[in-house]
Amino acid sequence: MADTPIPLEVRNIKKRFGDTEVLKGLSLQARKGDVITLIGASGSGKSTFLRCMNLLEQPDEGDLIVHGEEIHFKQTRHGREPADWKQVVRMRAKLSMVFQSFNLWAHMTLLENIIEAPIHVLGVPRKEAVEKARALLDRVGLTERADAYPAQMSGGQQQRGAIARALAMDPEVMLFDEPTSALDPELVGDVLKVMRDLAEEGRTMVVVTHEMGFARDVSSQVIYLHQGLIEEAGTPQDVLVNPTSPRLKQFLAPKY
Amino acid sequence: MEPLNQWLAALLEGNVIFTPQTLGYYWTGLVTTAQLVFLSLLVGLVLAVPLAILRGSKHRWIKLPVYFYTYVFRGTPLLVQLYIIYYGVVFVDGIQQSMFWPILKEAFYPALIAFTLNTAAYTTEIFHGAIKATSRGEIEAARAYGMSQGLTMRRIILPSAFRRALPAYGNEVIFMLHASAIASVVTLMDITGAARFVYARYYAPFEAFIFAALIYLCLTFMILYFFRYLEKRLLAHLKPLNGT
Amino acid sequence: MLDLHGYGPRLLEGAGVTIQLAVLSLALAVLLGLLTASAKMSRNWLLHRTATLYTTLIRGVPDLVLMMLLFFGGQIGLNMITDMLYDRFGVDWYIDLNAFVAGVITIGFIFGAYMGETFRGAFMAVDHGQIEAAKAYGMGSWLVFRRIRFPLMMRHALPGLSNNWMVLLKTTALVSVIGLSDMVRVAAEASRATHEPFTFLVPVAIIYLLIASVSEWLFARLQKRYNIGFGER
Repeated sequence: MADTPIPLEVRNIKKRFGDTEVLKGLSLQARKGDVITLIGASGSGKSTFLRCMNLLEQPDEGDLIVHGEEIHFKQTRHGREPADWKQVVRMRAKLSMVFQSFNLWAHMTLLENIIEAPIHVLGVPRKEAVEKARALLDRVGLTERADAYPAQMSGGQQQRGAIARALAMDPEVMLFDEPTSALDPELVGDVLKVMRDLAEEGRTMVVVTHEMGFARDVSSQVIYLHQGLIEEAGTPQDVLVNPTSPRLKQFLAPKY
Repeated sequence: MEPLNQWLAALLEGNVIFTPQTLGYYWTGLVTTAQLVFLSLLVGLVLAVPLAILRGSKHRWIKLPVYFYTYVFRGTPLLVQLYIIYYGVVFVDGIQQSMFWPILKEAFYPALIAFTLNTAAYTTEIFHGAIKATSRGEIEAARAYGMSQGLTMRRIILPSAFRRALPAYGNEVIFMLHASAIASVVTLMDITGAARFVYARYYAPFEAFIFAALIYLCLTFMILYFFRYLEKRLLAHLKPLNGT
Repeated sequence: MLDLHGYGPRLLEGAGVTIQLAVLSLALAVLLGLLTASAKMSRNWLLHRTATLYTTLIRGVPDLVLMMLLFFGGQIGLNMITDMLYDRFGVDWYIDLNAFVAGVITIGFIFGAYMGETFRGAFMAVDHGQIEAAKAYGMGSWLVFRRIRFPLMMRHALPGLSNNWMVLLKTTALVSVIGLSDMVRVAAEASRATHEPFTFLVPVAIIYLLIASVSEWLFARLQKRYNIGFGER
């Protein structure tokens, strides 16, 4: 097989908010087709870690390599910043993120949400973008809702729409930031179903989640974070079924 | 008094524009502005309370005329209103023969009338909004305790509405202070009038108008702090209990 | 149009001046307002302070005083600059501060401060998550502004914008004082000449009310457009 570059690699990421160090040196490598789930208690730094991967948060230290291209940083008065924002923009277009609170653009219909970035960022012709968007809407079961505005849709529909929006970018890696945490329990299933399908077709994904069933069934690697450090990492079997760390055992123990 | 005069004279020595005389003009201007603004706000406030109640009436023939009045006075420039009253007052039948003519002849009273009608219109709408925002529950409670409509208005609705209207009314007071500058257009010697006079005499626009601007700025901040203080005193009950 | 002792056409012209003045000032005010709002939200200390000083000073001083300062002072300031240019470089230049331009600049400058506050509030009301989503999809800052931040912001800004426009429209009357022949000045002149103030000033008042009513209707339509997709579930 040809030597294709690794879609996403992060090395030794550190991040401080004021006096507290929330990430104390985290690394991760997502090869093609990997599904990596990040688990951990709230405050363990898993969401911050994910947000460092597309530079929605600026890591204070560490390297970021997207599809073989290393991101350059420089020191400024306000801390470390990317040296070349154009590079960041290019890199972000390869990693699309799905947010906990959906963050669909409220002033656009679902279809407009999906074609927005392909047209204006990737330069895809409008007609092509619309065709593709319709196909994606079929896939996530929202064919009928193309012309609805986000405020007119349920949370589950919004999140599936947001996944379609992410897919429209043909991303190298999809980043999921607790995609089901803001949903009513009865709506979680539909969203997880879509994500399972994506994993099965070989998408590279990094998922922050509380859904242990999803982590167990779908992941190629599970990483357990505790206070900004990787406490345990490995296959779902290793991490979720035979945990060694007492903290992880406690975390996985049934709460009710 | 004597040392103060000497101090002032020393300060102004060598200053061509700000002589004791021109400072006197500004002082007269300040007094005129203060009189105009204070009197129009006072009368405007007295007019606005009943008008605001009528504005919220259920009867169309009561509320529509009030609405028409506020719409016209809020929708046209104060300068136009001032001109209409200033130039129009002569045409009121018999006014030149009446005993009021000597005072109405002066620009001060037409200006006062225009300002009063203007601020009354804005204040009516502010109070109307505040009255409308009174919680239904409070009104129902009053009715449940057997209060009449009038009593409910007087004891429950108005006191709470006044407090709620305070921030907006503070803005209206500042607005009125600034709007009063147009009194100078009909030859009144208010602060702006004094500045125009000094400008015309010495052809020194920066000195003349910046000095006036500073006076207005001080007055604006005084009003601002006064209303902040009032709000703190009167709106304390609206704050959460453990708020700082 | 009524003849109005021959003042009819001039009054109509004056109304044209009023509308042009108001629209151009609005454009300038919106531009300055956006700049001010960005400066106020910037982390650059100097920009932030300058913008705060600007809005505080402007909102603390009457429009008319600012207008006179800029109009009368502006001409002297310009003369000083052109004199200096002549002394230093021998460039013989004379710029006459036209009352219309001075009016647009002054009113735009004054309302830029008010617009700045309106826009700042509106920008802060925009859901940050939607901006993050735009960044996460590889939009550069101009694209984020144009396609996402601005339209989302406008929905929050419109009520304030409409309010500022109504006040601005009435403020244009003040230019009559610095010698610009807007409809108020024409009407005031006619009133003095003919001793029939109501004949001229009442129509002027009605024109103001008409413009205000039409704008109110337009803003309501705009608001409807920008409200699309908000809370109509």
